[in-house]
Amino acid sequence: MLSVSALHCERDERVLFTGLAFTIAAGEVWQVQGQNGSGKTTLLRVLCGLNHDYSGGIFWQGDTITRQAENFRAGVFYLGHSPAINKALTPLQNLRWFCAVSGFADDTAITAALAEQGLRGYGEVPCHHLSAGQQRRVSLARLALSPALLWILDEPFTALDRHGVAALERQIAAKAHAGGSVLLTTHHPLQLDCEVKRIDLDARARQQALSA
Amino acid sequence: MSRHSVGVLGSLRATFMRELLIIWRSPGDMVNPLMFFVIAVSLFPLGGDPSPAYLSGIAAGVVWVTALLAVMLSMESLFRGDYEDGSLEQLLLSPQPLYFHLLAKVAGHWLLTGLPLVLLSPLLAMMLALPEQAYAPLMLGLLLGTPTLNLIGAIGMALTVGLGRSGLLLAVLVLPLSIPVLVFGTGMVQTALAGLPFTGLAALLGALLALALSLAPLAIGAALRISVN
Amino acid sequence: MWQWLYKLGSPRHFYEMTSTFLPWLTFVTYFLLIVGLVWGLGFAPRDYQMGDNYRIIYIHVPLALGALWVYVMMAVMAAMHMIWNIKVADMVAKSCAVVGVSYCAVALFTGAMWGKRIWGVYWIWDAKLTSFLILFFIYIGVMALRSAFDSETSASKAASVLTLVGIVNLPIVYYASVWWNTLHQPPSRLSLSAEGANPPEIWIPVFFTGFGLIGLVFLLVILRTRNEILWRERRAQWVQDLVKQELSRA
Repeated sequence: MLSVSALHCERDERVLFTGLAFTIAAGEVWQVQGQNGSGKTTLLRVLCGLNHDYSGGIFWQGDTITRQAENFRAGVFYLGHSPAINKALTPLQNLRWFCAVSGFADDTAITAALAEQGLRGYGEVPCHHLSAGQQRRVSLARLALSPALLWILDEPFTALDRHGVAALERQIAAKAHAGGSVLLTTHHPLQLDCEVKRIDLDARARQQALSA
Repeated sequence: MSRHSVGVLGSLRATFMRELLIIWRSPGDMVNPLMFFVIAVSLFPLGGDPSPAYLSGIAAGVVWVTALLAVMLSMESLFRGDYEDGSLEQLLLSPQPLYFHLLAKVAGHWLLTGLPLVLLSPLLAMMLALPEQAYAPLMLGLLLGTPTLNLIGAIGMALTVGLGRSGLLLAVLVLPLSIPVLVFGTGMVQTALAGLPFTGLAALLGALLALALSLAPLAIGAALRISVN
Repeated sequence: MWQWLYKLGSPRHFYEMTSTFLPWLTFVTYFLLIVGLVWGLGFAPRDYQMGDNYRIIYIHVPLALGALWVYVMMAVMAAMHMIWNIKVADMVAKSCAVVGVSYCAVALFTGAMWGKRIWGVYWIWDAKLTSFLILFFIYIGVMALRSAFDSETSASKAASVLTLVGIVNLPIVYYASVWWNTLHQPPSRLSLSAEGANPPEIWIPVFFTGFGLIGLVFLLVILRTRNEILWRERRAQWVQDLVKQELSRA
């Protein structure tokens, strides 16, 4: 699905990662590990196409992402640190816009996705009235709506309670079982009923230091 | 109702309506530029000379310059919120044609912040003793000019949105680029006051608008990609 | 030819190639400037109308034209940086901004001096003066934007976008100020470059100072770009070798 070869990125004169190569196939869950500042967020932003300061190749379905730009964007869903939720709008309005730029309209699915996140009846409440955790859940409701094949999730468990964490873990496993793929970072110990492949940026950095 | 495709036009409409809704929900973003426009214009008689002879001479320039500054001040609400909450990333990552979505956003923004300036301008022109035959060219000029100013301002805003403290820098970047619009806009009023036809200048302002419509979204898109990087 | 251009795109080759012809460029530039200035200021005859005042054109006109062409060069570099991601192009563009804004400032200053002597005022809102003032503002904007970013890559990309927006705007600015000027006053006959009326002894030195100041543009841009290359590539082996070599020589 997504493959990477000889990926190299440096920031502020520090090499974050170099010679990175892996292939995410359908049905796989990948976790990027590393301490703070090891470049996890940068890697995810490079992979979803937000950060262009890298060298190396990123391929979508076997072709470069510049040539596959439109398919690539349609095929990837990115959840960053910021929730992409406008606080002046209601969850319903926020999600309707998200669906529209993904190319469809489906109010029933939006209501269902909100209910799934435990936000039944909050659809018409402006988001600034919701708690941080609830806003996070509005943001996560997009997972159920997105038609993307690959989810790229940066610290998706932030601000979630125990039930929320368990529900999201189930959702991630279900995505993998359904033939989708997930690439995520988290400091939370994952409990999924499927295999998790790992990219350890710290270990790579140690190896590099040794070889140099 | 089940999932159905909305196509490019439907998604553009969604972006446009979202922009309207956001500004509508935070009325300060809509009202403050207008208030600035009225207050700043009323400073000129107080700081200068309240005689109609003096005022009518500077009226066109004052209204235009203040409108230009009001547009600059209103730009903050175009990308700031979307940048901070991450919606901008989602727009950049969506498979949609960015060019048209940016046009839709700027159009929505102009409709609620730029158009009110145009509609309010005759009132201010009256307070500045501008002769009546100049109202039409003033309004027509602003109608054609403010969208161009909005587009130019959007380029500046897109370049500086990632910097946090962008207010003054935005003015330094954008005001020099706005000068042609200002020159032709005030020129239109003065031509009308001299009793000459002003349609040629209106056409020029229209040409500038067409140029801005076709090129500015490219610059805005490139600038936004740099800003979210 | 293409290979030569391609090589110039590599910071190291740019540095090495400019090293070879820099002494020549320096020599020619100084020669032209000294001949032009000594001839123009010392030996060219007085103008029958303007006396010695006209001599300011020996530097004013080339500086003004230089400021304009440096912007065009900066825009070409910005486009190359945006399209092909050539880092040297951006370094040249960054150097162009500093040189261009200096030329623009000195041109405005010498213009004001000229204005005071000939028109009796330092500043008039003439089309040429106004458009150069705006060019100056645009230069300032590009430099201000570049310095506002912490990250070098974002700064260079943002400055490139603004430079390109500026180049689209400049002809419109010029046209607008010409039109605006005719609206407010009859077109002035006070042109700075009325060479036609003057004998060749007066205007030949202009060629020397003109080409000299163009040479100076390239000299300054290349020198600044070389510094920029050394700074940005300071971790590269070849730069460190170069520094060691220079240190051991000194």
